[in-house]
Amino acid sequence: MSQKPRILYCHCAYARVVPEAAKKKVLEKLCEAGVSFDSVADLCEMSARRDPSLKRLAGEGEITVAACYPRAVRWLFSAAGAPLPKQGVKILNMRAEEPEQIVEIMLSDERENTAAEQKEAS
Amino acid sequence: MNSLDQPTLRVVLYEGSGSQLLDGRERFQILESLLQRGYSVSCAGEGVSPADGSTLLVLGRFPKEHAPTPEDFSGEVPVYVRNTSGLTASEIAEAADEVRNEVQQGEGKAWKPWFPVIDYDRCTNCMQCLSFCLFDVYGVSDDQKIQVQNHSNCKTDCPACSRVCPEVAILFPKYRSGPINGDEVSDEDLRREKMKVDISSLLGGDIYQTLRDRSARAQSRFSKERSEDRALKERKRCLKQLQALGEIPAEALEGLPSQEDIQSKAEQAADRLKGPSQGGE
Repeated sequence: MSQKPRILYCHCAYARVVPEAAKKKVLEKLCEAGVSFDSVADLCEMSARRDPSLKRLAGEGEITVAACYPRAVRWLFSAAGAPLPKQGVKILNMRAEEPEQIVEIMLSDERENTAAEQKEAS
Repeated sequence: MNSLDQPTLRVVLYEGSGSQLLDGRERFQILESLLQRGYSVSCAGEGVSPADGSTLLVLGRFPKEHAPTPEDFSGEVPVYVRNTSGLTASEIAEAADEVRNEVQQGEGKAWKPWFPVIDYDRCTNCMQCLSFCLFDVYGVSDDQKIQVQNHSNCKTDCPACSRVCPEVAILFPKYRSGPINGDEVSDEDLRREKMKVDISSLLGGDIYQTLRDRSARAQSRFSKERSEDRALKERKRCLKQLQALGEIPAEALEGLPSQEDIQSKAEQAADRLKGPSQGGE
């Protein structure tokens, strides 16, 4: 398994606003790809709790997030005292974007990063 | 204990050295099962993200039957390890539940995470949301900035405060439509804002300014004209107007606080204001 890029998947477990099919597809593809990633049950709930994991997730450099609207995701992190950096953050919206497109973006980032690491190592 | 106060448990689905790799289908089933039960799960190979203060539960298939002894270099994070060899996804989730029950000493109260999130790029700190909400969801920080302080006081599925925000700065990420759900604010949204009912006027003025005025005038005519009872009726009327638009659940109306609650809130707000007003604001 490769360590980069960091990927965060939100399952939005406590509401039905993200289509089930989209969540399932994205999660399935991430699992199939065998990449390292973080998944959370519900970013909203974590934000309300000011879960310390949000600081870790926001503070480890570049990150691609599969969740909901970017404005909501950014301010959820911020409300938890863990603002996302302005640069190096991609937020993909499972409420509005096609899951295939989301998976493609996430995994192409992963492939590019792995290729760069291999080139560096050689 | 409220679920918001519970210590957190972070699960690591470990597939590094000493453990067996899962196939994609197994990984998905385990993850889905854990996520549905509210766990945060890191899928990790050799490297696991650093500790963040959460208690760690490491799940892995360790073929030699004995799970490895985890190392926490800081010595501050409790680490549990469970060997998942031969367990189904639901059995693994049950094993996680056992650890969570131990860590959290009983399950917290179930709560749908419904609460406002402030977009500070748009917020002008006008305090209309604080004035409008009677459930003490909002408060003011030490530097006099509006903030969400009591998330679980918010009435599920009620986005009324976002409707009264003149800047479209209040989000409810689990709301069904934009821009309240966090979708970008369009020109059309802004045009609608201009047509909004002037809630401040409807409520008889900003509560903070009202309190300042009341303090300055010391039992002047204003305090006689604007009783808390009247304020409550005005708010109810406003909420009913919003309910008629199909947005506000009946529960929010039924759960309105009593006159004593309102009085208490006004006194608390006045106390908070004493500091800055004495400073020459």
